[in-house]
Amino acid sequence: MEFLQLFVFLALLIILSPLLGHYIASVISGEIGLRFKTLGKIENAFYKFLKIDSEVEMDWKGYLFNLLMFNLAGFIFLLLIQLIQAYLPFNPQHLGNVELSLAINTAVSFVTNTNWQSYAGETTLSYFVQTVGLTVQNFLSAATGISVLFVLIRSLTRKNSSKLGNFWTDMTKTTFYILLPLSLIFALFLVSQGVVDTFRPYTEATTLEGARQVIPLGPAASQVAIKQLGTNGGGFFNANSAFPFENPTPLSNFFEMLAILLIPSSLVFTYGRLTGSKKGALAIFGVMLFLFIAGLTVSIISEYSTNPIFKMGGLMEGKETRFGVLNSVIWSTATTAASNGSVNAMQSSLSPFSALVSLFNMQVGEIIFGGVGCGLYGMVLFIFLTVFISGLMVGRTPEYLGKKIDAYEIKLTIIAIILPNMVILLFTAISLIVKSGLSGLSTSGPHGFTEALYAFSSAAGNNGSAFAGLGANTVFYNLLISLGMLIGRFGILIPVMAIAGNLVQKNITPPSKGTLRTDTPLFALLLTGIIIIVGALTFFPALSLGPLLEHLLMHKGILF
Amino acid sequence: MKVEKKLFDKDIIRKAAADSFSKLNPVSLIKNPVMFIVAIGALFTTVIFFTGWREGNFSSFNLQISIWLWFTVLFANFAEAIAEGRGKAQSESLKKQRINSTARKMADNKEIIVPAVDLRINDVVICETGDIIPADGEVIDGIASVDESAITGESAPVIRESGGDRSAVTGGTKVISDKIIIRVSVNPGDTYIDKMIALVESAKRKKTPNEIALSILLSGLSIVFLLVVVTIRIFIDYQSTGTINITDNVSVPVLISLLVCLIPTTIGGLLSAIGISGMDRLLSHNVIAMSGRAVEAAGDIDVLLLDKTGTITLGNRMATELIPAPGTDEAYLADAAQLASLADETPEGRSIVVLAKEKFGIRGRNIHELNAHFVPFTAQTQMSGVDIPASGSSPERIIRKGSIEAIRKYISDDVGFQIGSDSDFLFTQVIGVDISLSGGTPLVVTENKKVLGVVQLKDVVKGGIKERFAQLRKMGIKTVMITGDNRLTATAIAAEAGVDDFIAQAKPEDKLAKIREEQSNGKMVGMIGDGTNDAPALAQSDVGIAMNSGTQAAREAGNMIDLDSNPTKLIEVVEIGKQLLMTRGALTTFSIANDVSKYFAIIPAIAASLYGTQNRPGPLSILNIMNLSNPHNAILSAVIFNAVIIILLIPIALKGIKYRPEGAEKILKRNILIYGIGGLIVPFIGIKLIDLIIQLF
Repeated sequence: MEFLQLFVFLALLIILSPLLGHYIASVISGEIGLRFKTLGKIENAFYKFLKIDSEVEMDWKGYLFNLLMFNLAGFIFLLLIQLIQAYLPFNPQHLGNVELSLAINTAVSFVTNTNWQSYAGETTLSYFVQTVGLTVQNFLSAATGISVLFVLIRSLTRKNSSKLGNFWTDMTKTTFYILLPLSLIFALFLVSQGVVDTFRPYTEATTLEGARQVIPLGPAASQVAIKQLGTNGGGFFNANSAFPFENPTPLSNFFEMLAILLIPSSLVFTYGRLTGSKKGALAIFGVMLFLFIAGLTVSIISEYSTNPIFKMGGLMEGKETRFGVLNSVIWSTATTAASNGSVNAMQSSLSPFSALVSLFNMQVGEIIFGGVGCGLYGMVLFIFLTVFISGLMVGRTPEYLGKKIDAYEIKLTIIAIILPNMVILLFTAISLIVKSGLSGLSTSGPHGFTEALYAFSSAAGNNGSAFAGLGANTVFYNLLISLGMLIGRFGILIPVMAIAGNLVQKNITPPSKGTLRTDTPLFALLLTGIIIIVGALTFFPALSLGPLLEHLLMHKGILF
Repeated sequence: MKVEKKLFDKDIIRKAAADSFSKLNPVSLIKNPVMFIVAIGALFTTVIFFTGWREGNFSSFNLQISIWLWFTVLFANFAEAIAEGRGKAQSESLKKQRINSTARKMADNKEIIVPAVDLRINDVVICETGDIIPADGEVIDGIASVDESAITGESAPVIRESGGDRSAVTGGTKVISDKIIIRVSVNPGDTYIDKMIALVESAKRKKTPNEIALSILLSGLSIVFLLVVVTIRIFIDYQSTGTINITDNVSVPVLISLLVCLIPTTIGGLLSAIGISGMDRLLSHNVIAMSGRAVEAAGDIDVLLLDKTGTITLGNRMATELIPAPGTDEAYLADAAQLASLADETPEGRSIVVLAKEKFGIRGRNIHELNAHFVPFTAQTQMSGVDIPASGSSPERIIRKGSIEAIRKYISDDVGFQIGSDSDFLFTQVIGVDISLSGGTPLVVTENKKVLGVVQLKDVVKGGIKERFAQLRKMGIKTVMITGDNRLTATAIAAEAGVDDFIAQAKPEDKLAKIREEQSNGKMVGMIGDGTNDAPALAQSDVGIAMNSGTQAAREAGNMIDLDSNPTKLIEVVEIGKQLLMTRGALTTFSIANDVSKYFAIIPAIAASLYGTQNRPGPLSILNIMNLSNPHNAILSAVIFNAVIIILLIPIALKGIKYRPEGAEKILKRNILIYGIGGLIVPFIGIKLIDLIIQLF
């Protein structure tokens, strides 16, 4: 019976994605603004207010410059309000100013759509910072990712041009027509399930044993909605979606899980509609869904198989009784496949193979659905790679959707693949050498190693989930992880923009018999192969020495 | 020159073996980043071995690793050297002829003898019977028959003359009759042959765009693996708090071995051999390419433009029949047609003279006696003819011949439009349609603007051409025939030849317009041409193949020259272009797929002792699925396999993987199966076998 829910989950995802995908396509093509005149008027009034000329399009450098400046401004604002939080309003608990390295980490984390949290929300950040700072960035970082995807789409559909759209209108449209309405509906639903949304101070309660307990409150529902939908993942409370006030019921849990994947998977259909390659999009969706289900299967089997130490399967350690094993595993797979990073159970307590799946999901670059926008543009980089290698094998200069893929695209694709990998491997290694790194690990052996590996995989993938155990709130980890998140975000985003700038200038070659088709099952298979091979070849040693070794040792009766 | 060489000639191998060592020079090594990394690794292990030895610690493992790493570099050098050797042997025979030849250079109206290599552009030389033409150039005066067998292998002499479409001559060919004056068109070192030789020498060879992209990919992969190898030791060290000393298992030579096994050495080592041998294969098909880029682009051609004449049809149209207009005597038509053609040096014109002579015994007359004025053919009027002034009893005769459209325009443009013209047109239309339907071309003859009749010119489509076009279609290439013929004639020939499309009544500028149109639709256009009026089109096209028999202008505009002047040669060129890419892609796939097995050989070798005891290996030993004998043998086997596979794949690199004209999907499936899946499985078997062999020693 439990598994019925899994099928409903997948079925809903498959049904809703094309619908939402088509809606998003009509948003960006401007149709929605025209069909609903009032909305269009509000949109235009907004442009007028901000003095944005919505007709002017930018080339890739102009677009990127505006994007980076906007992100920089967001970062500085978020940093400042943390540093002076004590003097700002909406701080009923009178929380003090945030320490500098933690503030930097948190600011970078939310601007890069990572939502890595070295802090506990309820004991560190005021309502003001949570709502005006974090929630706003949850929207904007998601919109940034989607905007870049739109740029990439334009670069594939336009020819002999340099114009790639207007950053400000893309951001406005994405936020106004997509993220806000969805979040509003979802937040209301969450409130109906019991998620709190208030500016009242924390309450105190007396437990049955007579102990006094502080129960944190806050404007949570509004932030939880966008944290799930925008693949942000940063919890309002420390325990994230394991905490009853963030995720109270099985029903809220179900829809929060769905919300993780919804927009990333819908964008695949948007992509298909806008590029005119619906079958191609279906192939991409197929690859994502396959990799997701494959990871999920491994996780489920490993969670339910008999643990050699306890002589039973389906262990509940680190899981919530109101969700059970299956829902915890679906969540852990979904949250790492999409670069969400919210959790409803503790990753550290999952079986080694579940951890392996989570790690792999992040390490292949957050492209199995991935973050909103960035997941798909990361996937397109892998498509370039696949098209290049297999295109050579059919004896033609490789092309994708009629655009020739040459040295320039390959160079930037390689850069975008190397940089996050470098963060994961090199930064993990640094943490294992440096004293301040080692002291953060809670245990030794493969499990301790996995803690560090997980942290940097999460940072590089802009995921934000933590393995738990790692004492990350130190100057060392705060700064190194910040750097990792920045490289993980902009080390891909900037090359993608540059590629888009180059592609848009190229002509579109119509397909011929000799052209490698990118909308066939064969291509989907190849793409899957390239993703697995690139991921596996890079991380085979690390994964062997981490989760695999831990799994094997567990069977020998050694635990960490 | 079309001598089939054995894949491995003894002399070439001997030379290549020596070159393998001279290529260890860092300056040439650094051009290949992947092999450069291997060389540095080899150097490191060698130094480590010798320092260890001096300290009294002789490590036979380190020695063997060092040796095999050097072998890996040498094998890659060998592959490149052997490809170069084969290419050089091919071009050497061309070079030799030019070294000793001298030239009769004209200077201040005097003839001086200079060495051929001293000739510069715009020098003028004289060549007479028996002379070797000293340099590429253009005939500016005279006509001669030239033996071009030295470069084409074709023994029949060809005519080279000033003016026309056959004015270009190639250095190294021999004049066998008459005398021509040639203007040299290239400086030494820039001749076609020099350029071709440069393409088969790695030092001078420029990388092609796809090759550059692939090199970037390979370098990128190397960086990723460098990261993997650098960090793996730290990851292991962190966990090796146990009882066993693990440092020996992850010593620097072991890490270097792992790195060399992981980076794509197979394709890295063979990349330049593949490129060189592609050029070499091209040369053996008697095609000279100006750049590797052009050859690669040939594999991408979507549309191919071909001139009908000489390409699709055999040579030129011949007059086969005379059809007089009502009220005109056939002999009179023949006479007029011949008069109009006497000064027409085109093959068509000559064939009319011949037909009139054969049918009615009308002999060619002395044109000077007639005091006639000849009107040459121009692309604009599309007519030619003769004006004979009135003399004595005979009135003035203005004879014109041309296509139906041209004549119609000619007559109706006139102010004094004659009443009889309408019925004349009806006749020419009917006959014209008849002739056109059968694939012939009607040529209307008029005298004083009255239609005398029609000469039927017939095209003969080359044998086997239809099959060639079918092959091109399977490759995904659309063929477009360009012809000056009218639609009907063009339709008939197009159907007979099996081209996909045609442009009838094409003027030279139409070719250019068609190419631009296709290119603006994102297509790659190939063009085959020979005449001067083809030069702009050849230059505009992505791949322009000039016939060797063509003009100097056409040859300079094209980026390839077909020495045999055989237009269907393009199929081979396309195949070679495609083969080049396919071979690179396949070996890259193979190389990457190989890494999986190498991990399964090396990771257990270095990490199995983690959490193990003296007698029992640690848990990661389950990754040793090949059941290799011991860690050292496992690493050695992987390194040896990695080196030997380069040698084993040299034949594939030199010959290129097989290309069959079929859809992309089919080709991809086959190559994935062979080189992808094969690349996964083969090394498992290979490494296991090598391990078994090592154990014997």
